[in-house]
Amino acid sequence: MAEYLLILVSTVLINNVLLSKFLGLCPFMGVSNKLDTAMSMGLATTFVLTLAPVAAWLLEHWILQPFQIEFLRILAFILVIAAVVQFTEMAIRKNSPVLYQVLGIFLPLITTNCAVLGVALLAIQEDLGFMQSAVYGFGSAAGFTLVMVIFAGLRERLAVMEVPPAFAGTPIAFITAGLLSMAFIGFSGLKFS
Amino acid sequence: MVLQTEVVFAAIFCLGILGTTLGFALGYAAKFFKVEQNPLVEQVIVLMPGSNCGQCGYPGCNPAAEAIVNREVAPTCCPPGGKVLAQEIAELLNISLDLSQVEEAQPRLAQVDENNCIGCARCLKKCPTDAIIGALKQVHAVIQDACTGCEACIEICPTECLQMHPVQVTLKTWHWDKPALPLAA
Repeated sequence: MAEYLLILVSTVLINNVLLSKFLGLCPFMGVSNKLDTAMSMGLATTFVLTLAPVAAWLLEHWILQPFQIEFLRILAFILVIAAVVQFTEMAIRKNSPVLYQVLGIFLPLITTNCAVLGVALLAIQEDLGFMQSAVYGFGSAAGFTLVMVIFAGLRERLAVMEVPPAFAGTPIAFITAGLLSMAFIGFSGLKFS
Repeated sequence: MVLQTEVVFAAIFCLGILGTTLGFALGYAAKFFKVEQNPLVEQVIVLMPGSNCGQCGYPGCNPAAEAIVNREVAPTCCPPGGKVLAQEIAELLNISLDLSQVEEAQPRLAQVDENNCIGCARCLKKCPTDAIIGALKQVHAVIQDACTGCEACIEICPTECLQMHPVQVTLKTWHWDKPALPLAA
């Protein structure tokens, strides 16, 4: 149990997928203008990001390793991730039209989110078990959502602030992102004994 | 690493099976998770041209079909479909229709009237295909091969020198007339 907790804390705070690994930066800058869109993007990504390392683990241990074709990892993972996202979209559309409306275009776009492939590959690289992979994925997704929400909140406030004209708009957002990243680097000082 | 034959075959085999399985699974899932739509909308969607040109003001043919079925717009809203489409839809939905307003669709491209162009360069930014050439205080021109006839530039022109003109018949654009069919009754 402690081990899972450790993975969770590590992926959410210390090795945050956005601010420490710098994966998935396109949605980070792209859909963080409004708090609610950032939230729904985070939710959609959470769903896929939890499933992807699990699917990747199954693929790696049941197909790629027995046949010694680990060199096809990226190709196979992208294939499976795309299928999982498609399937998720169909399932959500059928079962919860409201959620489908909220997530909208973000859902299919997750296929091309590098964080999804990145987390799947990292989970394999760190030689995690099946459940550990799932927790790893969920933790990364929770960290992603957390940062998205924080950053969207900051940007919503920035929108009504008096920013010097030279920095108005995207530049100040980049500066904010940098400061936020520095703040998260502070978490790397966390020690577990 | 030297690739052994078995590995190559294993790779082809595994990815082939994987792709096929996922394809079938998604295909079945699409059937299983099919969302029931208004059957009338589906029928109208089949009739629409399906090129999603957006000339009706809707993002694509499917939203337009939905709007037509909900009686938000008249079936005559589709320029590429023309009279025939409007008539077919009207018959399907059982609504009366005034066809006199509909002109027969005919490919039209934008052209600059050189006498009136003031070289304001506003149309350049509007063109989605970069078909308009020119610079500030220079008379612009439209590259006919690149123009898609989307009419995006017409509104922005302050002197109304950008107009849609029927495609000139040249050796390159000439073609046999379509067989003259009576309008679908």
